[in-house]
Amino acid sequence: MIEIENVSKAYGRSVVVDGVTLTLPSRGITSIIGPNGAGKSTLLSMVSRLLPMDRGHVRVDGLDIADAASDVLARRLSILRQDNSISVRLTVRELVTFGRYPHSKGRPTAADREHVERALGYLGLDGLADRFLDELSGGQRQRAFVAMVLCQDTDYMLLDEPLNNLDMKHAVSMMQLLRGAADEFGKTVVLVLHDINFASCYSDHIVAMRDGRVIHQGSPEALIRPDVLAEIYDLDIAVETIGGRPIGIYYLGSGSARRQQMPGPNG
Amino acid sequence: MKALAGACLLIFVLAAASLFVGVSDVTPGKLIGADAGSRALQVLLASRIPRTLAIILAGMSMAVAGFIMQMLARNRFVEPSTAGTMESASLGMLVVTLLAPQAPVMGKMLAASAFALAGTALFLRILRSIPLRSVLIVPLVGIMMGNVISAVATFIAYRFDLLQALAAWTTGDFSSVLRGRYELLWLSFLLTGIAYFAADRFTVAGLGEDFTTNLGLHYRRVLRLGLVIVSMVTASVVATVGMVPFVGLIVPNIVAMAMGDNMRHALPWVAILGAGLVLACDLAGRLIRFPYEIPVGTVMGVVGSALFLALLLRKRRQLG
Repeated sequence: MIEIENVSKAYGRSVVVDGVTLTLPSRGITSIIGPNGAGKSTLLSMVSRLLPMDRGHVRVDGLDIADAASDVLARRLSILRQDNSISVRLTVRELVTFGRYPHSKGRPTAADREHVERALGYLGLDGLADRFLDELSGGQRQRAFVAMVLCQDTDYMLLDEPLNNLDMKHAVSMMQLLRGAADEFGKTVVLVLHDINFASCYSDHIVAMRDGRVIHQGSPEALIRPDVLAEIYDLDIAVETIGGRPIGIYYLGSGSARRQQMPGPNG
Repeated sequence: MKALAGACLLIFVLAAASLFVGVSDVTPGKLIGADAGSRALQVLLASRIPRTLAIILAGMSMAVAGFIMQMLARNRFVEPSTAGTMESASLGMLVVTLLAPQAPVMGKMLAASAFALAGTALFLRILRSIPLRSVLIVPLVGIMMGNVISAVATFIAYRFDLLQALAAWTTGDFSSVLRGRYELLWLSFLLTGIAYFAADRFTVAGLGEDFTTNLGLHYRRVLRLGLVIVSMVTASVVATVGMVPFVGLIVPNIVAMAMGDNMRHALPWVAILGAGLVLACDLAGRLIRFPYEIPVGTVMGVVGSALFLALLLRKRRQLG
């Protein structure tokens, strides 16, 4: 269980995360959704100790992340941010092997190597294992990063926009993989997602943020509803049930929202 | 493994050549059966062996120092001579010579290390505050900063009539290496060993702060360890033989192209090829206008800047 208690972050005068209190249940997939600038990524970064918080506490299985040893946390919780640009020239296998660092401290054992090969297999990277990262496409690189995090084999996996750069086929198989990690291995997966329909189809729990606050949370059925989505995104979104899942149809926009101006880069 | 052994063999051949090239007539023939007092043996023990060892140690450790810097700055074109480290170290030598001329060489070198550390930290701070971190701007900033520091050093040296001493630190030259005057370089060999021990940490740090934290390492600590190694290596080389530019830039880049950046695998190659490159340049400097010598710093400057340009142009093509 991840307990987030009154966590805040501000840059100068602009408050990005505003007193968020939230409990993320163990096991299963929790997706965080919300418009740009809602504070989703900032919250995820603070929960995973990548970013210091101004106020509040985060506890992972009762362990306060502010006091816990970083290498202990690294065996319990892993984080992948979006936009990972890497200048170091490593092969896919070398990168994924570094996922074992918290366990092996740079001296991978035979068991560690098995983990690596399995993770490569899960992400369909067998054929690319000996290629250098700078020779891969964005989507292939994204899969390599996820393989690395998977290889870290932590109870908690936090992924910010894991579907970045992935085509439809790979996006679906990524979500199925994460679903499998949650169902078969009892992992707790926390995602930041932009596509509400992936969130709807694969999550057990959805958290919606806006303006640095959590404004709704609950099951996909409770959140993927026109009235709730309108509140989150300021957009009229029709919801249809397809294959038993609520699916938001947002491509066409709607009267009131369509007339609104595109917000500027800082809007 | 076989290739690595082959590279070692090449170093042995170059080292052997280095032992027998020079104004004094030292040949294997003269050494066989020579008595302990013979001139050839004396030259070999007092000058040629120390010089060859100094070249190997300096070449190895400077190449490794450059490799570490490239990981920590996350930029392919950073090394002690393009980040103000070398210039800071020689400024440090100058200041300590003025303030405490009687200090032992070890003490002077430690003072120079402190200057090198401060200069490199300043460089990294400047990098953080530049909004557009273009790959090519980074070394340019470092070179500019190094020039400012060396201008300050030149001014001070000019006022205190120490220009000649300054030249000794700024131009790498192995011709004055004698027994008893190069042993400080074993320290940089030791530091290279420590770098190998911590190789995985540096590779992880090269992935960036977020990856480093995720894997349970303290980014700041790795950064500090790396900076201390780089600064002390640079200072000990500057204090004993003077600046040897570009080794730390060219060698890691060539190795990375061939086998990638995983430091655990690449570091032995970087060390060996660093030694080989400096050996070859020093030999060239001794042979080009025999019996006179061209300082290795100058040879390296010419060879290095040409290769540096080639690397820059290649990178630009890749970036489009």
